Amino acid sequence: MIISCKKLLSSSPRFLFLLIAIIFFARLTPCIQAQDWVKTGTNLGVQKIRLAAADFKAGSSDAQTAPLKSVFDTTLYSDLKNAGVFDMVSKSMAPPQTPGSPQEISLSAWAAAPASAEMVAFGSLSVSGGRVTVQGFLFDAKNPQSPQILGKQYADTASEENSRQIAHRFADEIILRLGGGLNGIAETKIYFVSNRTGNKEIWAMDYDGQDQHAVTHLGTISISPRVSPDNSRIAFSSLGRDGWSIRMYSLELGRPVSFASPGGTTLSPAWSSDGSKLAFSSSTTGDNEIYTTDASGGGLHRVTAFRGPDVSPVWNPKSNAQIAWVSGRSGLPQIYIMDSDGASVQRMTDGGYATSPSWSPNGQFLAFSWNRKYGPGAPGGQDIYIMDIASKRWIQLTHEAGSNDFPSWSPDGRHIVFQRQDNGRTEIWSMLADGTEQQQLTHDGWNAMPNWSWK
Amino acid sequence: MEDTVQINFRCSFRRKSLILATLSASLLVAAGCKKKAAPPPPPPPITNNAPAPTATITATPSAVNAGGSVVLAWRTTDATDVSIDGIGAVPTSGTRTVNPAESTNYHLVAKGDGGSTDATARVTVNAAAAPTSNLSESDVTDSIFHQNVKDIFYDYDSYDIRADAQSTISQDANFLNQHPGLKVVIGGYCDERGSTEYNLALGENRANAAKQGLVTAGVSPERLRTVSYGKEKQFCTEHDESCWQLNRRAQFSLDK
Repeated sequence: MIISCKKLLSSSPRFLFLLIAIIFFARLTPCIQAQDWVKTGTNLGVQKIRLAAADFKAGSSDAQTAPLKSVFDTTLYSDLKNAGVFDMVSKSMAPPQTPGSPQEISLSAWAAAPASAEMVAFGSLSVSGGRVTVQGFLFDAKNPQSPQILGKQYADTASEENSRQIAHRFADEIILRLGGGLNGIAETKIYFVSNRTGNKEIWAMDYDGQDQHAVTHLGTISISPRVSPDNSRIAFSSLGRDGWSIRMYSLELGRPVSFASPGGTTLSPAWSSDGSKLAFSSSTTGDNEIYTTDASGGGLHRVTAFRGPDVSPVWNPKSNAQIAWVSGRSGLPQIYIMDSDGASVQRMTDGGYATSPSWSPNGQFLAFSWNRKYGPGAPGGQDIYIMDIASKRWIQLTHEAGSNDFPSWSPDGRHIVFQRQDNGRTEIWSMLADGTEQQQLTHDGWNAMPNWSWK
Repeated sequence: MEDTVQINFRCSFRRKSLILATLSASLLVAAGCKKKAAPPPPPPPITNNAPAPTATITATPSAVNAGGSVVLAWRTTDATDVSIDGIGAVPTSGTRTVNPAESTNYHLVAKGDGGSTDATARVTVNAAAAPTSNLSESDVTDSIFHQNVKDIFYDYDSYDIRADAQSTISQDANFLNQHPGLKVVIGGYCDERGSTEYNLALGENRANAAKQGLVTAGVSPERLRTVSYGKEKQFCTEHDESCWQLNRRAQFSLDK
């Protein structure tokens, strides 16, 4: 559209203003491209905050101080880096200070190049009488008049594990304050299946791969762990003498507790986000269909009635009014969604071999595993994809690196944990929800089927 | 269309010429009509409004031991004349019991005013006569059981019973029917590819299909129990189709 500026200027100043305004706003709206329409930042369109995490000051001379401080510093830094919302000042660019309190910090040194920090986290760690105490502060380097955003104190029995957990808690406080109102994931756990004891059992670890340990010791094949929204129980599927049943492990009591699992081959439990209902797959009527029950197994209600295997249900955590699942009714398995009473069935994938759906916390996306077999980007491998449910547009997150399956969203909606089988090994990996920052979390034995806790 | 016009040359010349003129004029007009008017529609088929016949034929069961009975069932529509090779003329719809000595294609031809059509049902006859077993049930060990009750195999992502599997099921059922005290656990298995949870459900369908095959062959369902192993237990570990085929199976074992 060619408009004579001269003519515009002279004829209609108001029109010119409107035109300029339109152009100005049009440039601000981001173009939707295949790779960047899933934003892993705060989703508020703001730049990542440049955050410096200082090494904390050793506040005591106790022998345990140095090793515990080292664990704390490392954990705090990686928690803040993993969050995906900060541009972290690398330790080599930080000024050579370890301020332990507000009086000791020189904000201008942190705000200046090369650190150029906008926010600074700092404080002190002391050990005394078998107790570790941490004082942590978060300061706004651009507001020297009244810089304090956070001032926190933590104390616990002195141990490496507790030092790590204190770092997680402090990091989550910072993330909540600066990260757009979503809770951080530094205190969350990942439940998974490992065969390190000789049998497939349910295991647990911190979100960053620390503290991996077995939860069940049933001596059979136990798979598909799903922790309850209140972190009190893990539902899973286990092979008994008569076949597979849904079993329940109480994390509070430290042992299995009863659950009325229907007969047949009963698999893949999934919790509604309010913890009141479970969905799972059962062949109690001969062919695997999707059922729902209440949290103790009562009120069994059948939801699907189709030929072919129906398995791996997951609830829409935002509404609990829909279920996504895998069905083989048309041949190779595909992802479908329906209302949680079975109405309004809608097929989401249009071919290939698609399994293992996970529904994002904001209700908008499905992550799943797909051997797509068509279209751009070297299809034919088993990879993790994200699909926008409303438009059915998808993005491929993993490429040409093994066979990838069982994605699980983090509660902040910014991360995905999944399993990767490559070179004869099966391990658990995490990544940001745009496919970047892929990190291997397990390194020992066969590890698979991860499930990220709700909080 | 043959117009035989005999011109009587004994008529007067005037009359003759009038007739001739009329004839040639009509011919010319006709010829002209042929040129100017639209060409006449092609002659309709001889069987003008009769619909074409349809035919279906099934054989149940489709696989038997030699000497076993098979029921042929067929239906036709719009046929006047139906015959089956090896049997001869048959009513337009009906059933008949046959005892084939060897594998046979029962080929049905149906003819009617609208044309003809055909349909075929194949019956597979197991080559050897089924052995009579004189084992007592307490002598049946696991390995004897597996020799006599063989596993069946499936296509990729399928739980349909193939023709070769159907033969095996017939032989397995034969052994089980001779030893009615034996109970069976049927395991459903998948190859290593694909997803853990989906494969457990598929294995369940394979075990159930095998169970149903035995039940149809006369084995009481109370004797049969199914368990799916999905891809959790493998019979071989190579990453090629021959190993994958071995893993796509339903296995029959003594249930104790």
